[in-house]
Amino acid sequence: MKIAICVKQVPDSWAEKKMVNGVLDRNGVDAVLNDLDEYAIEEALRVVEPLNEGKETPEHIITLISMGPERATEAIRKGLSMGADSGVLVSDAALAGSDAIATSKVLAEVISKGGFDLVFCGTESTDARMSVVPAMLAERLGWAQLTFAGSVKVDAANSSVEIARMTESGVETMSATFPCVISVIEKINEPRYPSFKGIMAAKKKVIETKSLADVGVSSAEVGSSGAWSSVVDASARPPRDKGIKVEDSGDGGTKLADYLAEKRLV
Amino acid sequence: MANVLIFADHDGGKVAKTAAELASFAKRGGTPIAVLLTDSSQADSLASQLANTDIESVLAVENSDFAKHGIPALVDALAQVIEAKKPDAVLIPSTARGKEIAGRLAVRINSGIITDAIDVTPDFGTTQSVFGGSFTVSAKVKTGIPVITVRPSSIEASTTSNTPAVEKLNVTVSDKAKLVTISNVQPAVKGGRPELTEAKIVISGGRGTNGDFTQVEAMADLLGAAVGASRAATDAGWYPHTHQVGQTGKTVSPQLYMACGISGAIQHRAGMQTSKNIVAINKDPEAPIFDLADFGVVGDLFAVLPQAREAIQAKRS
Repeated sequence: MKIAICVKQVPDSWAEKKMVNGVLDRNGVDAVLNDLDEYAIEEALRVVEPLNEGKETPEHIITLISMGPERATEAIRKGLSMGADSGVLVSDAALAGSDAIATSKVLAEVISKGGFDLVFCGTESTDARMSVVPAMLAERLGWAQLTFAGSVKVDAANSSVEIARMTESGVETMSATFPCVISVIEKINEPRYPSFKGIMAAKKKVIETKSLADVGVSSAEVGSSGAWSSVVDASARPPRDKGIKVEDSGDGGTKLADYLAEKRLV
Repeated sequence: MANVLIFADHDGGKVAKTAAELASFAKRGGTPIAVLLTDSSQADSLASQLANTDIESVLAVENSDFAKHGIPALVDALAQVIEAKKPDAVLIPSTARGKEIAGRLAVRINSGIITDAIDVTPDFGTTQSVFGGSFTVSAKVKTGIPVITVRPSSIEASTTSNTPAVEKLNVTVSDKAKLVTISNVQPAVKGGRPELTEAKIVISGGRGTNGDFTQVEAMADLLGAAVGASRAATDAGWYPHTHQVGQTGKTVSPQLYMACGISGAIQHRAGMQTSKNIVAINKDPEAPIFDLADFGVVGDLFAVLPQAREAIQAKRS
């Protein structure tokens, strides 16, 4: 099996984010591997590890694919230290400001030329939060869409996958044969921390950097100018007015009820 | 006059209330036309639920492939309806399923897409609240037929005395849309509480509950509220993942948000800071949640909540 995992470098989700000129200001914010992608990496590792057990050279390979600036190699490196085998970074000045339509196009080009059986993704990136790229990949590749998986069962011998799709409307059991695009929700597993051994091994793993031309996508189709939707205006929300804070000295609950009644909320 | 297609989602024989909401947005810029895609011969009973909303007419498609193959089959149908009716915009509810449908559809019909709009102007410009509500963005689709997903409860749907006409259409679901087979569906256990993203009041619990949500749930039930949870609480397995409010969970914007034993890390604030009224109960007076709270109580939720409940009941009687 060859598995691709789409990963993204995002501003730390525990940090304050700002917009400058209608785009996310990525300066001055720690850039990390999108934490929802870690669940995809963990799940893919759990699929291949038992199958590779005891093999001299692993038969089942995991490649991380990302699109972003040069420094996105750091996010890929983290995934490699968790145990993925190699990485591909599509990096090109023309990609800045790309929308989901363009991102899915670039990723689909890389995936379709890589001979993969499965693609794993997180359900969304914690910066844009659109939650559409996995579905767009399935559409572009013409592969089976198995998304919002709360559990994944891969049957490598029969080239098939069954997932439990978990959303607000309930749980659906769905299955398909390879090739498939799978997105996983964060409930699915507990991603491992990279071990010291893993971190050392990751330094020797290869991250291939590709330009847009290498991928075969025209620069007119990507970036801010190629985007099919655009930001007209962005403004910071005014800070909230300072509220009331009371110390509970035996009547905190009563005061709370009074506040709610005054605001006609009860 | 512009025609606006609305994906009228439904579940368990009931049309989602988002259909009427989307219609009220669509009416600003044109004629709202609902698309009902259903696997069984439910089209008429579903369409009748769209009476007295801003929906002007209904396009209904009945096809057993929808239940069997899911999203790709629905996208096939929508693309064919769009091809036949040439609308000026498509509005879809911003749910997990709605966004995936919108994403595939935008690629299919070569159109730009905007997700999570909270407002839609007559010319299909949108307002979005991003980074957990810390920025407000207005955006526009530049290419193709705008595909816009709108967050539930972004508008109070108006009521009319319309009975929309129903037109039945046939579609062909392609083999490419049949790659996935859905073998079993287990509907979410709804319980008596409203859906988190649709609720007018949300009571949330965090680390401070120590895993005991009985007080949070009791307050929710008294106020007819939904129950939310911080990531700390869902990661600890104290409450189902689907109830998580925050950067990696749901974004809510209710009339009242009550954070109980939640410190208010940016991760959580990102999911609730646009709520109209925020109340916080926390033992730690330095907890960042108090910076957001309109009303904060420094105290133990296990003492404050029962007392507040009693006082509310007393006020009501």
